[in-house]
Amino acid sequence: MMAEAGLGLLWLAAALSLLQVAVGALSLMGKGEALAPLMKPVAILQGLLVALSFLSLIAVFLSSDMSVKLVAANSHSDKPWLYKLSGTWGNHEGSMLLWVTVLALAGAGIAAFERRIKAETLIASLMAQALISLGFYAFLLFSSNPFERLSPAPENGMGLNPMLQDPGLAFHPPTLYFGYVGMSVAFSFAVGALLTRDVGAEFARAMRPWVLGAWIFLTIGITAGSYWAYYELGWGGWWFWDPVENASLMPWLASTALLHSVTVLATRDSLRAWTIMLAVVAFSMSMVGTFLVRSGILTSVHAFAVDPERGSFLLALLALYIGGALTLFALRIGTVREGTRFDLVSREGFLVANNLLLSVVLGTVLIGTLYPIVAQAFGQQVSIGAPYFNSTAGSLGLLIAFLMVFGPVTRWRRDDVRPVLKRLMLPALLLAGVTVAVLLLAPDINILPKIGMMVSAFVILGSLAPLWKRNLRRTPLFTIGMVVAHLGIGVALAGMAAEAAFTREVLAAAKPGQRFEIGPFSVTFNGVKPVAGPNWTALEADMRVERSGSGKTFTVAPQARMFSEPPTETSEAALSTHWDGQLYLVLGKQDAQDRWQVRMWWKPLVTLIWAGGLLIALGGVLALVGHLRREARSRWRREYWMG
Amino acid sequence: MKAKHQRLILATLALAAVVLAGLLAVSALQDKAAYFYAPSDIALQKPAPGTRMRLGGMVADKSIVRASDGITIRFVVEDKTDKIAVEFRGIAPDLFKEKSGVVAEGTLRPDGVFIADNLLAKHDERYMPPELEGKMHKTDSLSK
Repeated sequence: MMAEAGLGLLWLAAALSLLQVAVGALSLMGKGEALAPLMKPVAILQGLLVALSFLSLIAVFLSSDMSVKLVAANSHSDKPWLYKLSGTWGNHEGSMLLWVTVLALAGAGIAAFERRIKAETLIASLMAQALISLGFYAFLLFSSNPFERLSPAPENGMGLNPMLQDPGLAFHPPTLYFGYVGMSVAFSFAVGALLTRDVGAEFARAMRPWVLGAWIFLTIGITAGSYWAYYELGWGGWWFWDPVENASLMPWLASTALLHSVTVLATRDSLRAWTIMLAVVAFSMSMVGTFLVRSGILTSVHAFAVDPERGSFLLALLALYIGGALTLFALRIGTVREGTRFDLVSREGFLVANNLLLSVVLGTVLIGTLYPIVAQAFGQQVSIGAPYFNSTAGSLGLLIAFLMVFGPVTRWRRDDVRPVLKRLMLPALLLAGVTVAVLLLAPDINILPKIGMMVSAFVILGSLAPLWKRNLRRTPLFTIGMVVAHLGIGVALAGMAAEAAFTREVLAAAKPGQRFEIGPFSVTFNGVKPVAGPNWTALEADMRVERSGSGKTFTVAPQARMFSEPPTETSEAALSTHWDGQLYLVLGKQDAQDRWQVRMWWKPLVTLIWAGGLLIALGGVLALVGHLRREARSRWRREYWMG
Repeated sequence: MKAKHQRLILATLALAAVVLAGLLAVSALQDKAAYFYAPSDIALQKPAPGTRMRLGGMVADKSIVRASDGITIRFVVEDKTDKIAVEFRGIAPDLFKEKSGVVAEGTLRPDGVFIADNLLAKHDERYMPPELEGKMHKTDSLSK
């Protein structure tokens, strides 16, 4: 019953989005003034209906209704409730429904809250948003129906991939989707503004909070995903340049560029065409990512099903939307007047440099991600991994981080080189000091971590320069947000460089009682004992760790788990977090002489990577609150004076 | 920069950025890409030792041998026609076993032994790495 209700709601929402497109088109052609007021309520209703449909899928999963095919294939009645819940989106159909839900909610959000943008542009944007959702409704209803019944119903279901049975999974996909799909708002706004020829500063101020909001979710989603891969896979790495990771990185790169260019447009009314282009590119990257992950063209924990029909359906949608938006851009951009000019040495100048370099990074990541797929079509099988991405995106990333320090201390429109350099005197001195220290103390480490350490020191101090000699209470919140986000880049970079340069590793077959020295610790292996969880059993190692010098000891217990449904073995790494890094222990297999394989890493400062990521997101939150507060205040003032 | 063609300059810069991205990517692809080989591909044409590559095939029955250090394992990867010896130091994935699919990443040693630094095993009964599946079909048709 619940499943049928969910499906019905989905059909209704699809019908509403068709209505929304029709009303939008009519009123833009000047034929439906009477209908135009319908636009907002329809968009909001559509969002509510899809949200209800998604809730009914959750209900079906929570009640373990095995007569629904999706539940039978991806859940099990004996699972803890959290994994029944996250099982809702731990599969192809459910995650696509979540995708569409976020898309429709974003549309409803525009309709409910956007007041700054011109009424006509709002209608055009809502029409674009509905047009996107229409395609994805069709995809769900015709080729990925999550509510399909199964007869006869099995008793227990096949269970969820144990790799996905982790609290991290419950929140990682929804967060990422809010970012990914939230970027659709920027896309729709860009299309709307092109249709109504309304590209300018006011438009950019309307678009900025939406971009910022989606970008915050994307940042948190990527940070959380990286940490999840780090502790769940047990490989000790925090970023694998896996195509699925790249699929989330590419929209982040594009939206980071967009965030900066939209600020130029909002503040200085420059970079009009460029900002519109980036808005189109950012959501296009989200759709490319969805295609990569959901078409089954890749293999990973994320690729749930291999079905060529779905792949071609998604590819057709992709071509339609991206091609359509680019065509519109080509047709209309000539009519957008050129914005205000600026000098080469100016804040705009540095932001353009940031944008261009981010685009180059995006280009190299995109090529590296798509190349194996294209090569495969020509019968060549090739894998592109860390060596490629580190040498291209990694080195350019360091250059971007270095240049990032200059923009915020440079004036808008025009500035001179000398005062800019003077403002960065202290960070430059620190950079020189760290360079000497690194070259003298650690000459043997690789070039990228070496430069990473230097740049991170420069960025950490340099990002604070805009606050130098300023009254913090009078500094606008969004300026503080920018400083915090830039600081986060420096902090994350320091963590990456330290992890790459100073990680210590021990790999051994251990007899009970054997002792190992790693970094500042000595680890004693005291054997293995069996333990049991709700739907798994495990062998758990007893590792006694002592930090040299402190005399304090503690126990760390990595496990090798056996899940019952479906029967699978996974290894659960054990992490011991300290202020200066993490000790990472993995238990392997037993050999014939009763020894156990153990792998240990000491990763100094590794936690800074994710702390940096969270700081970046926090900076975004502060900037968002700052902008919204200022907007609310000025609206209040306007209304008060107009009485 | 005072020119009236600032927009033209910006557009040119953007185009230059795209070209730069393409050139960078192509030059990096030439020496950083790892091609996929089945044992029969290597028998046909041996890649230069030291080139990073991926080797895919089945782990031969009764071929897994543990070295006395407890950490190094040696095994044989085979397809329908050829075999190649592989050495790996580390903790093998949970699903790594004989008569099962595997993808090994690493380089070929001059003596012809493949030194793997990473192993990817078949995930579960329903899963087969697509590149492996492709190779299997290819070798199937070759042997017929």
